[in-house]
Amino acid sequence: MSDVILMSIYIFVLAIFIGFEVITKVPPLLHTPLMSGSNAISGITLVGALLSTGAGHTMAATALGLFAIIFATINVVGGFMVTDRMLDMFKKDKGK
Amino acid sequence: MATITSLVYLVSAALFYFGLKNLGSPKTARHGNIQAMLAMLLAVAITLLDRHILDFTYIIVGLVVGSLIGIIAAKKVQMTAMPQMVALFNGLGGAASTLVASSEYFQLPGQPEMNVLATLALSIFIGTITFTGSLIAFAKLQGIMKGSPITYTGQHILNGMMVVASLALGTLFVMEPDNFDLIVGILALSAILGVTSVIPIGGADMPVVISLLNSYSGLAAAATGFVISNNVLIISGALVGASGLILTNIMCVAMNRSLANVLFAGVGAAHSDSGGGSTEKKQVTRYTAEDAVVMFDNAESVIIVPGYGLAVAQAQHVLQEMAQILMDRNMNVRYAIHPVAGRMPGHMNVLLAEANVSYDLLVEMDAINDDFKNTDVVLVIGANDVTNPVARYKKDSALFGMPILNVDEASTVMIIKRSLSPGFAGEDNPLFYDEKTMMLFGDAKKMVTDIVQILKG
Repeated sequence: MSDVILMSIYIFVLAIFIGFEVITKVPPLLHTPLMSGSNAISGITLVGALLSTGAGHTMAATALGLFAIIFATINVVGGFMVTDRMLDMFKKDKGK
Repeated sequence: MATITSLVYLVSAALFYFGLKNLGSPKTARHGNIQAMLAMLLAVAITLLDRHILDFTYIIVGLVVGSLIGIIAAKKVQMTAMPQMVALFNGLGGAASTLVASSEYFQLPGQPEMNVLATLALSIFIGTITFTGSLIAFAKLQGIMKGSPITYTGQHILNGMMVVASLALGTLFVMEPDNFDLIVGILALSAILGVTSVIPIGGADMPVVISLLNSYSGLAAAATGFVISNNVLIISGALVGASGLILTNIMCVAMNRSLANVLFAGVGAAHSDSGGGSTEKKQVTRYTAEDAVVMFDNAESVIIVPGYGLAVAQAQHVLQEMAQILMDRNMNVRYAIHPVAGRMPGHMNVLLAEANVSYDLLVEMDAINDDFKNTDVVLVIGANDVTNPVARYKKDSALFGMPILNVDEASTVMIIKRSLSPGFAGEDNPLFYDEKTMMLFGDAKKMVTDIVQILKG
């Protein structure tokens, strides 16, 4: 197994551990916005889609990549906007 | 350039970490979302500047189309439909992973490495399950599909076999990458699995399922990261995958049920022996809006317990109007929020925030449960299972062990419901037949509007 792959595995495992620790004691109030926000983050697939489509290989590859970009972008843009809408509701309250 | 890209990816990953962390705390939640957005922007921007990208035409088309659809969908969706929106977006993310992996399949070099092939197959597997599973979750929440679990004998064994078959196909694929049929096979199996894994879960448990699918989409992204050797995908995917699992667990704990119970026990299915639609006629007295106002006139403390029915009836605005009138009369009015009230954690909070209910009037279950015994009137509106005392003692009930709101300890309980039908757990609520309970039958919005009219009159 090459060093690069090994390094990627290290990073993956460490990131998993960090992921386990980053969410602690979230009040039920924030469960939905948090879920929506982390869902938007999972749209990072967009980066992969951009690289795949932009490589300019076969038509099949580019077509698949195009749809990947569209779906991932909806996930990202829609996801962050929806999260912002939810969080905005709480902010308005505090101003009262 | 590659170094700069890697460094920017690192900054991006760090920002994702802080974003997630801050999203977990009320004071910093908004900052968290902005940080995550910034992180995404950085990652996308630096990728576009990457030398690997040769053809921009399709990219621009894709970004524009996706953004437009995302913006329109996000702006138009009703707050009460948020859960299914998250499910839909998540599904699309899963589909994106599958599509990227498929695209990469057609760009494989002559001698692809084993780990690339393995993670390619894995990406497709997880991504497709996420996609179809999320679609089912969306359908159940949107009401396109019935909410009750669909169970059939041997389904879990069947699902298990499909997983094993997928693993077998994946292994074959690593050895025979030219065989495209193997990819099609994995696609088909995982698409079916997504459906068959989610249909046995009741509509009320969808939030947990969505959280789990959210975690899966993170893992799919990480797998894709391994395919194209991209660290920001690996790290961010892992962050979302792991944190999603923790959040799922937190949600299960709030319901006092294990994840296994949620996924496999078929809770809420129409059992022939459950109390649902009980044939024995129990005595229930119908009270009216006038009766409710009389109770309010004599009360000093009121606790309102909202539930999903409030969202369905869209009665949150008149409810707040009523609460305001009572508060103007110097009554102590608060809202008791059960962790799993509604279709999604925080659902009630979002709903009430929409009605401009002040933050400090919303009290979490643990903070308010001891106050019920000192409360004059409790108004339960559109909620059921979260008040059912049966959860305390009936061992064979689906509700057993779930922490409930101690509504029955108050002096008077008024319940607004359309009928006597049981909630999602199919469990009849003895509270309905209690002497101090006043059942107000009718549509929540109409009932509360009537109450408001009488209070004003």
